[in-house]
Order: sequence, then structure tokens, then C-alpha cells
Amino acid sequence: MTNKTDNPAIDPFEAALGVSDVKGRSLWQDAWHRLLKNRAAVYSAFIMAAMFLMIVFGPMVISWESDFTDWDFTSSPPSFGSGHWLGTDAVGRDLLVRTLEGGRISLMVGLVATIVSLLLGVSYGATAGYFGGAVDRIMMRIVDIIYALPFMFFVILLMVVFGRHILLIFVAIGAINWLDMARIVRGQTLGLKNTEFVEAAKACGVSDWDIIRRHITPNLLGVVIIYVTLTIPQVILIESFLSFLGLGVQEPMSSWGALVSDGAQDMESAPWTLIVPSVFLTMTLYCFNFIGDGLRDALDPKDHF
Amino acid sequence: MIKDSGMARYALWRLLGLIPTLLIMITVAFFLMRVAPGGPFDSEMLLPPDIEANLNARYHMDEPLLQQYFRYLSQVAVLDFGPSIQYKDWTVNELIGQGMPVSLTIGLAAMVLAFILGTFLGITAALRKNTRVDYSLMGVAMLGISIPNFVIAPVLILLLAVYAGWLPAGGWDWSVASMVLPVVTLSLPVTAYIARLTRGSMIEVMHSNFIRCARAKGLPESLVIRRHALRPALLPVISFLGPATAGMISGSVVIERVFSIPGLGSYFVQGALNRDYTLVMGVVIFYGVLIILLNFIVDMIYAWLDPKVRYDE
Repeated sequence: MTNKTDNPAIDPFEAALGVSDVKGRSLWQDAWHRLLKNRAAVYSAFIMAAMFLMIVFGPMVISWESDFTDWDFTSSPPSFGSGHWLGTDAVGRDLLVRTLEGGRISLMVGLVATIVSLLLGVSYGATAGYFGGAVDRIMMRIVDIIYALPFMFFVILLMVVFGRHILLIFVAIGAINWLDMARIVRGQTLGLKNTEFVEAAKACGVSDWDIIRRHITPNLLGVVIIYVTLTIPQVILIESFLSFLGLGVQEPMSSWGALVSDGAQDMESAPWTLIVPSVFLTMTLYCFNFIGDGLRDALDPKDHF
Repeated sequence: MIKDSGMARYALWRLLGLIPTLLIMITVAFFLMRVAPGGPFDSEMLLPPDIEANLNARYHMDEPLLQQYFRYLSQVAVLDFGPSIQYKDWTVNELIGQGMPVSLTIGLAAMVLAFILGTFLGITAALRKNTRVDYSLMGVAMLGISIPNFVIAPVLILLLAVYAGWLPAGGWDWSVASMVLPVVTLSLPVTAYIARLTRGSMIEVMHSNFIRCARAKGLPESLVIRRHALRPALLPVISFLGPATAGMISGSVVIERVFSIPGLGSYFVQGALNRDYTLVMGVVIFYGVLIILLNFIVDMIYAWLDPKVRYDE
């Protein structure tokens, strides 16, 4: 490390700027500044934070229980008078509470399945990329083969075969979503493996696994962060898709997809039952996509024009 | 011609590589379906044992699993998917033959629409990059990617069919009116994605040296775009068409359900829920082959368009 104080090359600049100490900026700080300049991403992050707080604390604050059926107000439109701010469904359950609790399931599926695909994808891709040669060819050929399968059909088959347990939804989606991650991580690793610091580690006699763990993986962080923010909405979308088809979470649990499906059933008499969960779901996906885009521009600035 | 023979060899090699993919697909689907709890003849009413034995014998389900598997493989090899279990008196081939024209029509129309509209919007945004036109087009495109088609579909039905009454809310009678909503819904996310893709690659291409060169030799901007920029800018879009098809096929499952269209997707969901082994296998294999073949064709088109792709590696 060079000491930035009393550095003869920097001193003249410090004098010109009138400061005593020029502070260096790390790549991460650079990325952070770029991210803050992306207004769409920043707004999206705020909206998501608000949405997250609402989903976590909302059901505790609102006095309705999600399975309470209010027979005085079945299919009642949104109003403050009835106490059901966003209306009720056909059997009088409060839509706001149901949507927020459905959000818990949707977000949880999004996070857990993303972590599953993250673990699988990063370890698989890093291994293939690091060892290269025949190992790489065989491993990536397997990915290619799985990639070519009509995968939505396999998720549906998995759900039918193993029943609709919520844990299985996580695993099924995660297990199928790791392919992109593996490909991207492999590509990055192939580049990293020829860098000087990896060669130095090898020369010091560090073992292959320690090099992957200590030197390769941390450098993959940027790509992985970008990809995680883009995977979460994808996973939420798949779960909602399954629930919409009636193959996802089961009553009395519900997710946004299941609520949209219910809403589509009685949209002619009670359009709000379709619109409320749709808005929540779409908003979440929209924001996550913008944040992911913003992160990509911030962390991977090679195509800035 | 050296190039042509190289390309033919490459194509043949790729085609051979498809065989293991197909085998794995059939195997996984076959055994997944068989380990599923519950059989096709489960119903409220318990069947007398000899009738059930007869039924099992009719569909060869009394044989050992491996024997069934190899029997199935040899059947598929001659494109015979066997009789459907749920729809008596129908073979799976007949069912696929009935659903396929509907699904393919919707899919093809949606793909053409997405390609034309998507590239047009993407190029428009790229040529006006960082202006208000660009920002609003890309904002809308992001919305198109984010709104799931099972949300778009009911909302469009509500607005255009229920409230306005312009279009039928569902059903399928081969009339243009009954096609509009399903096709538009199915193509929307793909259109949005293609628009974003085209914008990105167009911007990149417009910064490359050969464009500067074309401008420097005095070509008018419209010619620069049409003759020089368009082809390389569309390359990423071409390679996206493979995944796009796969996405559309899974999207069509939802679309066919929402609009109650008798296509392959609705057969698949019904078949999976009723454990109609043969029908589900038939649809999975059919779609699998379709996706694999389309990916292959897309790769070939890509290789033909992009002079940088080499076959001799």
C-alpha cells in the first residue's frame, strides 16, 4: 500500500485544491456514486423499502385477520367507512391484509429460491471456470442440456409430483434458476483465473479450493449482486405464475399470484380484487428490475455512453 | 466452397449433439411422472381389482418400470405417443394434432409482432438516446417486462372485453377478433425485451469504427443505419429468439387458460393434474423438440449473419 500523505506526486494537487489530504476512492465507492445518480434506481429502492416495511409490519398493525370473513361486507369496494381500505373479496376477507400477507410469501419465495440458485450457480460456475479444460466442457455441456429443456413444464411436473409444499416451491424454482448464474460466474472466473494475484497465490502453494474461496469468489461479488437483484423478481414471477395456475401455495396461505388468480375469477363484480394484488406484484417486479439495471450500470460501467 | 462444407459439418455436429438432450428430457419426464403419488385411475369410486388390472394391462402399466421405459422409447422413436389415458378413444398424437395449430398460430403471430414492434421501438430509442423519447420508451418497456402476462390478460379482458365490449373475452373460433387479445398479451413481454436489447446493441454499434467510416465517406444517416448498423445491431436479437420461444411457450400455458383456448398448454396442465402420463409426456417431448430445433435454427441464422462466427473450432 502506498501512503497517500506526503506523497510527492500528489502534493502539488493537494496544494492546488487547497486540501491537506486527497482521499482515494475505491471501485465500490465509485459504483455507489454512480448508483445514487441513477434516479430510477434510487426511487425504486425507496419504494421497495416502504413496501417491505408495509409487508412486514402491516398485518400486525391492521386490525383485520387475513382469514376473518366479514359477512356484512362481502365483495365491498374500497372504502374508509367499512374499515376495509382496499375492499374485501367474495367471502368478506380484507383485501389489504391478504395482499400484505401474500406479499410475505412472495418475497420469501423470492429470497429463498434466489439463495438456493445463488449457492448452486456460484459454486458450479466457479468450479467449472477455475478448472477449465475437460471438466469445464463436461460441466457446461450439462448446463446446456438442462438449459434446452422446456423448464416451466418441469417446474409444473415437479409441483404435481411432489405435492405443493412451500419448501418444494423454493427448491424447485431455485434448482432450475441457477443455470444463468452458473454461466455468468464461469465466464468471469475464466477471466480471473489468469490474473497475477491468482498466479501469486498458486506460487505460494495455496490450494485450489482456498483460491476459489478466498480469491475468486470475492471478485465475483459485483456480478453476483447484479444478478441476484435480477433473479429475485424472476423467481417471484415464477411462483406467482404457478400459484396463478393453482399449482403454487395453497389456501389458507396465499401469494400474489394466487390473489391475482382469485381476483381474475370475480373481476366483473369486484374488479378491485384483481387490481390490488396486481399493482403490488407489478410494482415489486418493476422496482427490482430498475434496481438491478441501476446496479449493472454502476458496477459494470464498461458500456457507458 | 470451404465455408459451406464447414457450415454443413458444424450443422451436422450440432444436430448429433441434440440427441443426448432429447434422451435426458424424455427420461426425466418419464420417471418424474411415474414417481408421482397417485395414478391415472384414481377416482372417488374405488375400481374393482380386476377392472383396474385390466386397465393397467391395457396401458402396459403392469410391466416392470424399466420395461415400460424402453417400450416408451421405442414408441417415441417412431413418433407414436400412445393412447391418452384421460381422453378415452383419443391418441396423444390426435390431441397434439388438434391443439398444435391453435398454439402455433398464436405463438407465431405473437413472435412476428414482438420482433417487428420490438426492433422498431428499440432503434427509435437508440437513435434518440438520452432524450425524453428514449426515457419514456424504455420506462414503458421495463413495465412490459415487469407486468406478468397473467396480470395483463385479465386486465385487458376487463377493459376491452367486459367494459368496452370491443373484443370477445375468451374462446377460439379462428376469427381475428378472438386472436387479438391472446396474441397481444403473449407478445408484450417479448416485445419489451427485444426493444431493450435492440436499443443497447444499436447504441453500441453506432459507436463502432465502421459506422464512423461510413459517415466519413459521406453517406446520409439513413443509409448508414440501414446498410451498416442494422445487421450487426440485430444479432443479439436473433440469438434471443431461442429463449424467447421457450418463454412464449410457457407463457402460452397461462394465456390459453385465461382465454380458454383449446391449445397444447391447456392440455398439458389438465394432463398433469389428472396424471394423464401419456398426454403430459407427449406435450413435453413435442415442446422440447420444438425448442431445441428452433434454437438450432437460430444458431444457424446467427452463424450465417455474423461473419465472425467460425465453425472449425
